[in-house]
Amino acid sequence: MYHAIKERVTELLSTGEVKGFLALKKDNGHIKPHLYVSPDEIDQLSIGDGETAGDARYPLTKILTMLLQNHSGEPFGILARGCDQRALRALAAWNQISLEQVVVIGVACSEELARACNCGLPYPDEWLEGEQIEPKDPRPVEWEEKSPLQRLDLWRAEFEKCIKCYGCRNICPMCFCKECSLESEDVVTKGEIPPDLPMFHLVRALHMIGRCVDCGLCEEACPASIPLRALYKKVNDIVETRFQFRAGIEQTEQSPLHKIAEPPAAI
Amino acid sequence: MDYKTVLTTCAYCGCGCGLYLEVLDGQAIGTIPSKTNPINEGKLCVKGWNIHEFVQHPKRLTKPLIRKNGTLTESSWDEALDYTASRLKEIKEAHGSDSIAFLASAKVTNEENYIIMKFARAAVGTNNVDHCARL
Repeated sequence: MYHAIKERVTELLSTGEVKGFLALKKDNGHIKPHLYVSPDEIDQLSIGDGETAGDARYPLTKILTMLLQNHSGEPFGILARGCDQRALRALAAWNQISLEQVVVIGVACSEELARACNCGLPYPDEWLEGEQIEPKDPRPVEWEEKSPLQRLDLWRAEFEKCIKCYGCRNICPMCFCKECSLESEDVVTKGEIPPDLPMFHLVRALHMIGRCVDCGLCEEACPASIPLRALYKKVNDIVETRFQFRAGIEQTEQSPLHKIAEPPAAI
Repeated sequence: MDYKTVLTTCAYCGCGCGLYLEVLDGQAIGTIPSKTNPINEGKLCVKGWNIHEFVQHPKRLTKPLIRKNGTLTESSWDEALDYTASRLKEIKEAHGSDSIAFLASAKVTNEENYIIMKFARAAVGTNNVDHCARL
């Protein structure tokens, strides 16, 4: 399986074009994120399709950011779906990585996964595996028709389930702040479960403005099944309407927030 | 530069969530929940998410400690084992087996807890053995 990808990765590693290649690997009956450094291991390469399409997706772009920042100057390769490409572009726009140090091998998501994710763009610019699936209109959300007070009740019921595991923040490829507001006692009271309703989640949603690339990993990491994507999609829909901007779509376009405050320094 | 993801099980509660320790140049620097594990399905609690922190924590004990003159002082394994064995014998003789209790750990393996249980019941003769998960 995935011969084209395996061939290309082997080529990249043998020629030394990349120091390592980040993808997924079948290991001990599981699928895990893995940094390939030798073509010998390539046989076990996976694109993250376990029992169902895309059920073993991991934040490879987050691992890549960490590796690039620890080994500046060295090039790395990465397996990238549509969402990963958006994350790479957004990370570059926020000065966290340099795209020149990244070699991308694309994967286009299957129809099954594209529909399950309700993804806005389930394919990168180029891919060696998969087929182009055109996104469908976003699914209607139950709270669109409700009054603000009704919405607050609905969201409170969701946020009440939160166990403050910080999974949404930990898994997010776009969360790279050295000091996280969600850990600041000025913003979030220490030792409360569920965390300050609704502030904890609204603070996170605010920080997703101009950053969230809708990869869906947050919702998959939430043990309480809170519909986080719907929340972050809503704030970014507002950004798109007002500023005609969506994170990670254009190659180098910066978020409108860059015009308001100093962006983080380049690595 | 050496980056590995190591499959392991969370050492905290009895759930046994599957996760990957991120090891960079021999240092455990992060945790990623395992998506394909049927128990946690890619999710973790706050303790599991931070499991990597204690593995190489500078505050971890590296030598046995014996309280001498009110202060815990470093000793050798031989000294610690001799001291423990002789004192347990004395206490058991003077006050009976049930005057001794054993506190095991929810963070060790089943096999290690079995050993301490066996030691408590068979060697010392008490069933005063439990660990933090039951408290």
